[in-house]
Amino acid sequence: MESTIIKSRNFNASFGTNHVVKNVNIDIPRNKVVAVMGPSGCGKTTYLRCINRMHELIPGASSSGEMTINNENIYQMHPIFVRLKIGMVFQRPNPFPNLSIYDNVIAGYKLNGIKLPKPERDRVVEHSLTRVALWGEVKDSLNKKGSFLSGGQQQRLCIARAVAMEPEVLLFDEPTSALDPISTSTVEELFHELKANYTLIIVTHNMQQAARVSDKTAFFYLGELVEYDETKIMFTAPKDSRTQNYITGRFS
Amino acid sequence: MIIGLLMIVLVLGILLTLVVKSLPSIQALGLKYLWGKTWDPVQDIYGAAPFLLGTLISSFLALIISVPFSLAVAIFLGEYYPNGWLPDFLKNAVELIAAVPSVIYGFWALAVLVPIVRTFETNIGVAPLGQGIFASSLILAVMIIPYAASLGRSMIQLVPSQLKEAAYGLGATRWEVIRSVILPYTKSGLFAGVLLSLGRALGETMAVTMVIGNTSLMPHSIFGYGNTMASVIANEFTEADKPVYVSALIELGLVLFLVTVVINLIGKKIIDRFTND
Amino acid sequence: MEIKSVKYRIGKNYGFKALVIIFAFACVVPLLFILSYILEQGITKINWRFLVNVPRPVGETGGGIVNALMGTILIIICASLIAIPIGILAGIYLSENKKSRLAYWSRLCVDILQGVPSIVIGIVAYFWLVKPFGFSAISGSVALAIMMLPIIVRATEETLKLLPASLKEAAFALGMPFHRVIFKVIVPVGISGILSGVMLSIARITGETAPLLFTAFGNPYLNFKIWKPMESLPHVIFTYATSPYDEWKDLAWGASLILLVWVLLLNIFTKLITRKWKVQL
Repeated sequence: MESTIIKSRNFNASFGTNHVVKNVNIDIPRNKVVAVMGPSGCGKTTYLRCINRMHELIPGASSSGEMTINNENIYQMHPIFVRLKIGMVFQRPNPFPNLSIYDNVIAGYKLNGIKLPKPERDRVVEHSLTRVALWGEVKDSLNKKGSFLSGGQQQRLCIARAVAMEPEVLLFDEPTSALDPISTSTVEELFHELKANYTLIIVTHNMQQAARVSDKTAFFYLGELVEYDETKIMFTAPKDSRTQNYITGRFS
Repeated sequence: MIIGLLMIVLVLGILLTLVVKSLPSIQALGLKYLWGKTWDPVQDIYGAAPFLLGTLISSFLALIISVPFSLAVAIFLGEYYPNGWLPDFLKNAVELIAAVPSVIYGFWALAVLVPIVRTFETNIGVAPLGQGIFASSLILAVMIIPYAASLGRSMIQLVPSQLKEAAYGLGATRWEVIRSVILPYTKSGLFAGVLLSLGRALGETMAVTMVIGNTSLMPHSIFGYGNTMASVIANEFTEADKPVYVSALIELGLVLFLVTVVINLIGKKIIDRFTND
Repeated sequence: MEIKSVKYRIGKNYGFKALVIIFAFACVVPLLFILSYILEQGITKINWRFLVNVPRPVGETGGGIVNALMGTILIIICASLIAIPIGILAGIYLSENKKSRLAYWSRLCVDILQGVPSIVIGIVAYFWLVKPFGFSAISGSVALAIMMLPIIVRATEETLKLLPASLKEAAFALGMPFHRVIFKVIVPVGISGILSGVMLSIARITGETAPLLFTAFGNPYLNFKIWKPMESLPHVIFTYATSPYDEWKDLAWGASLILLVWVLLLNIFTKLITRKWKVQL
């Protein structure tokens, strides 16, 4: 298997006439954690949402350029297939409020009309919840509504929901910005375990988080990919002065 | 301030007036008035069942017909196209439906709808009366569309976008997002909208009375003549010569008052709870 | 993984959207039919005689509806004079007292009032004012005023609730007494919202017939005395539409067109004002 899973070439994205992602070229390696950081408004979230084609859901949004997964052009596949291969976890935990924990985990199957026999479903639920270290905590209350969990648990439930679909890539849009420090560290521990089976791309505005959890880091500034390298190098000896200024806190 | 009291006094006054004026008939006829099937004031026999039934049948039929349309407008404006000149046109047009006076609806229905219904009835082999419960349900259905539609639209716009995004992120199509996220989330709000439409239908007088045929017999078919509580009051109130006759009509008014008030309050309660969550 | 044919799901998706669009725009069709039919039928019946004559007995031509036109105007003016001050005051009261028990019950009663069928209000007004005093325009105005109240109260309360508290506080800090703060500071700022509530309520009751059936009752003669029965536009439409005479039915079409145009103009006007002023708020 090739070591690069997602490639972008000359990728651009806009909201109407507002050009927010400019000419991004990036190779995302398989089974690694890539952090995407940068100041507010730099285009990092927009870029992330282009990978699983969520960007185009906004009226007036457009994009151009090449984006591939396993060398298949993402923009020539149907969005449904794209999103089955590339899952997403959002900034605020968003479990479906009217569904139980169990039903939340297999919600992806229900939505796509995939009918699994009960033993299969049970297996998927247990497997996914175990992957996010939530099984032990909720196995006796699978029928309770997801909204009764704490913020950190809810976010892990959302990760389980994404993981249940067996995607190849997991996108995280500032996944811990709405969580308390303890929940944050629990989720960060997960990243390390998840990369064994998935490729993770994490947008974060928290530099320290990027330094803690990722293998490679990309720095976006004003819509451009300024620098992209091994995390160690990015934080100790960055090549671009803008990167240097960002990590030393000259602007945030 | 006294003004706050005034509102309460007003409503209590209305309730009291209705109750007091119904008393003679309540005393004379008792509770079985409500399910009495014969209404013959000449012989002093009063039974409200024909009108209760007529009201229920015409209102629910109107509701069944109008809800799909109200829902479509709500989904169109709330989810598919919240902005733009075409949605604005639709929104204003639907609001205009509510603005047209009911007597005009009644007149038009009498002149245009009834002959159409008559032709329809001939084609399906039913007595071609034209007027009747069916025709009145049709015009009622048109009149109550805006209520469920407008409330439904507001409720649908309240669905948090992050829930919809979660569903899209899992690979759902738009229809699947509507069915699995939006509709369950707005279930109670949509129900409140339907209640509001129902309350409106129950109390509608003019359009119904011009088209329903105004018979005091028990309704036996939706294509036959009928009468609702509101329309019988409108027709017979000024003719009522005996105190018990008048009182029997007022009792209908009391029932109408209580039922519509309860339905509207339940609807409002649901909306309040929904918007405060 | 067995995925239900994606093509099928996409098809269902577009199918549903088409269904929604069809049903949504289908609502406009009856409206357009009705508006155009009334226009068509009514436009030929309206002429100068129509507007200034009173109805002639059956068989004679040249009848008009001036009594209904004047009647409607008078009844609405009287209803407004009753409802507007009470409604605005009640709205002010409710916006100032959000938590008290009295305000809670009062607000509840306003909600109840909004849902009462118009014919029930007509009956009640009959017993309050017609039984003792006879059919009169004023009794009709009272019935209509009761219907206007919830709309005006609601609009006033909502508008005033949106105003920043700092406005009131600044006025109080300058030493203004309470009633002055309300009438010289708060109300003028919220006047646009209050006004649109008033206009909405007028548009609402202009077309109402049921409350007038047993109150204002109707009058074949031109009458300006509000303590006597008076004809009104919606009522005359009802009477003539359900009559067996063609000349009267013609009058009803003409009257319908006038009423329709009147109500539509009021609604459009209200919308325009609301939009214009809301922007400035």
